[in-house]
Amino acid sequence: MKIVVNGSVYELDSQHCDMKLSTWLREDLGLTGTKLGCDIGVCGSCTVLVDNKAVRSCKLKLKDVAEKQVITIEGLTPPDGTLHPVQQAFVDAGAIQCGFCTPGMVLSAFAFLLENPNPSRNEARNAIKGNICRCTGYQQIIDAILQAARIMRAENQSQTK
Amino acid sequence: MKAFTDAWRNDAVAKVSGKAKYTDDYILPGMLHAVPLHAPVASARLISIDFSEALKLKGVAAVYTAKDIPGNIKFGQIIRDYPTLVNRRIRSTGDVLALVVAETREQALAALTFIKLELEELPAIFDPEAALLQDAPLINPGHGSNVCNYHCVRTGNIESGEKEADLIIEQEFNTSRIEHAYLEPESALCQLRPDGVMEVLGSMQHPFSTRRFVASTLGIKLSDVEVKTVPMGGGFGGKDDTAALVCARAALCAYLSGKPVKLTYSREMSIRESYKRHPYKMQYRMGLQNDGHIVSVKVRMVADSGAYCSVTPWVTWRSTVQCCGCYEVPNVHCDVYGVYTNNVFTGAFRGFGSPQVNFAIEQLIEMAAQKLGMDESDFRRINMVKQGSTTITGQILSTHTVSLKQAMDAVLTEIDYENKKHNCSFGDPAKDEWYGIGYAISYRGMSLGAEGTDFNSAIINIQPDGSVLLETGIHENGQGSESAMILIAAEELGIPKDLIRYRFPSTSNIPDGGTTVASRGTLLGGGATVNAAKIVRERIVEGVQAAMQLSGCSYDSGKVLNAEGQEVADYFSAIRMCYANQIYPYAFGVFQAPRVSWDEHSGHGNAYFTWVYGCQAVELKVNQKTGQITLLNIVAAHDLGRAINPAMLAGQFYGGMAMGAGYGLYEQVPLSEGTPKVSNYHNYRVLRSTDLPDLTAIFLENRDPNSPSGAKGIGEPTLEITAPAIANALYRATGKRFFDQPLAPQVQEYLRREKL
Repeated sequence: MKIVVNGSVYELDSQHCDMKLSTWLREDLGLTGTKLGCDIGVCGSCTVLVDNKAVRSCKLKLKDVAEKQVITIEGLTPPDGTLHPVQQAFVDAGAIQCGFCTPGMVLSAFAFLLENPNPSRNEARNAIKGNICRCTGYQQIIDAILQAARIMRAENQSQTK
Repeated sequence: MKAFTDAWRNDAVAKVSGKAKYTDDYILPGMLHAVPLHAPVASARLISIDFSEALKLKGVAAVYTAKDIPGNIKFGQIIRDYPTLVNRRIRSTGDVLALVVAETREQALAALTFIKLELEELPAIFDPEAALLQDAPLINPGHGSNVCNYHCVRTGNIESGEKEADLIIEQEFNTSRIEHAYLEPESALCQLRPDGVMEVLGSMQHPFSTRRFVASTLGIKLSDVEVKTVPMGGGFGGKDDTAALVCARAALCAYLSGKPVKLTYSREMSIRESYKRHPYKMQYRMGLQNDGHIVSVKVRMVADSGAYCSVTPWVTWRSTVQCCGCYEVPNVHCDVYGVYTNNVFTGAFRGFGSPQVNFAIEQLIEMAAQKLGMDESDFRRINMVKQGSTTITGQILSTHTVSLKQAMDAVLTEIDYENKKHNCSFGDPAKDEWYGIGYAISYRGMSLGAEGTDFNSAIINIQPDGSVLLETGIHENGQGSESAMILIAAEELGIPKDLIRYRFPSTSNIPDGGTTVASRGTLLGGGATVNAAKIVRERIVEGVQAAMQLSGCSYDSGKVLNAEGQEVADYFSAIRMCYANQIYPYAFGVFQAPRVSWDEHSGHGNAYFTWVYGCQAVELKVNQKTGQITLLNIVAAHDLGRAINPAMLAGQFYGGMAMGAGYGLYEQVPLSEGTPKVSNYHNYRVLRSTDLPDLTAIFLENRDPNSPSGAKGIGEPTLEITAPAIANALYRATGKRFFDQPLAPQVQEYLRREKL
């Protein structure tokens, strides 16, 4: 079984098939940006991307992601150490307080913006309904998603020119 | 308020990139894992624990019980009634009987079922009123009564006050027991260092309280425990007692096993054991005069403390001081009881005794106005506290700007209340969807008040290259306190914030500054930072004067000026001069809160050294057929003294409003035989993004002369009036008053009955 995480390829034997993706990421790979808030798939803290779709890693087994591309929050950051526009927008909009929901929120926002690069405020609000935040009232997170969308659209335009 | 595009906090990049390490993210070599065994029943005598079978399991290193505790079994911040591990008497199903320690967490969890308990069940009491009956068995016999604490206010004369009244209204209100639901469950990682110090990393909001819990449990000195602060995934008042106990248990396991031990709670364990917000029963009787004045308030409150004291005396004290809301009342008779039961215990929760009272009083005020045939806003304006008013406890509000009317006017104007209130449906059967608008106002005593000693300190330590290490006795709970302190220091020193690093905080660095609660972080820690900066500026001037053989110099915005006001040294050369002349640009600053007072017998005194004022309004609609409530708009204005970090301040507004809305509408921890019937986020409803409308925050900045930085607190005021604003809006939507939380099920029950 082969799993690609943040661009690195991992070959795993069948013993690992039933291991939880969240446990493997946190404990075996040390990718602790993936958080555990409920461990039953309802809070969104453990959100990762599997083939660019936002999924809850506490609900997946490793066999569910065999031959797939997994991206965690650590993998969203470009190698040069700068932040991805979605991450930068979370910083700039003041969308971060305790930060425990933040990695999952950022990845949910990222996956959403791939599907919908020009969302309305309501669509952005709807996109994060699976991610619980107890600190922010979601307002500045939604601001961040819309800011990220604007920046990413501008970047795409300048690339196509 | 426009979206922020240039927000800043010192830990934002680490948090957004997944690099920030929370307690459970740390791993130590040779680390073992502990898990707690909770009591299966709420009231019993613990006869024996047989864990011999558990010890035989693979990976299990030890099982520890109360017999293994070298220090005190019980601890507590006010009354030492909470057992770190139960010795003989089980009082709650949140009690922990044993700790299993194993090589992996899975092994430890698996071993739990192999522990055999011998118990003798004893009668339990789950209703606080039943606990108050004369023949009720005592929950904590050592306390001598099921009344954990009692507070009162006696102002004027209630009998003559009620005689003067033209009208008396009475109403009972009940509020919910709710869960903090911080996203990160409790976690602790402890190790006994080679130097003999027990080092504690933990998800807790009070490192110094945690240190006391750990030292007491282990029977060691405070200096032999070092509690370090790592990022914490939310607290909201909830990571004080339980979180400290989790740290004490992990420390116990590390102490006894000689290995590092991690104890991380599952969400289920967290909800089972952690303390909740106190549910209140409040029986109000208000005397009114036809001219629109409140002449008397008589109130009895019963708060369920659960099995342990925690901070119930302090929570209920705030309810006592603020029992009449933000109104002048000449005759007050208030009795407040914190009562022991066998329910999961209750303790600190953002708001701390004010949300309950405001839920009642802000509805009662509107009911009173209606009875008198008056406009609810006119009625509030007549009775509200103003500049120079005397509170019900005899405090004259003269040392700061009393901005209650300003807050109310700002919100009512912003939301266009006077026009929109004419659109309210009042349960019009012709309409499928009912519209309602409502608001609430409050005042709030800042910081701890007479409930505790109130001081804090800050250390500014400027390095030879001009960079600065800053720390205060305030804890970063996620609210952005470190960033606020950095901004205050940068302003006071006139240097860029990038030069300032907030030092990795530890209880061994700085004196105990009290707990980071009561919206006191920016006020107290900021005050200490201002005072430290003042001292360090003097040191810098001394350094320059010594180097240049000058006198009469002064410091101004990152420069040292000579007596004539000309610059003689920039910041960096000034610091170099300090070191060259053996003068440390280092300062320890203290802020002591101005004196407060309280007389427990009369309920009189200057309860808090300053106050804040606020107003929130809500628009909503109710679907008559489905009972669904949709929040359409929430506007809040709060006086915060001075905005230090606007984007984070806005976050405190929005987060408080969201939590307050959830508290009003949906949140509730129902109990079965004292145990929460909810266990995780699937059956405990916190608001999601789609439950909320866009929120509006209005900052009122009346710089507070009692605060060195000018700033006051904002964390709690923003939560404490959302629920009554919703209740008032629901009344105007449905035409029916709802007196009990949570409101949404009440509305649905009402609509269901109406249909029959």
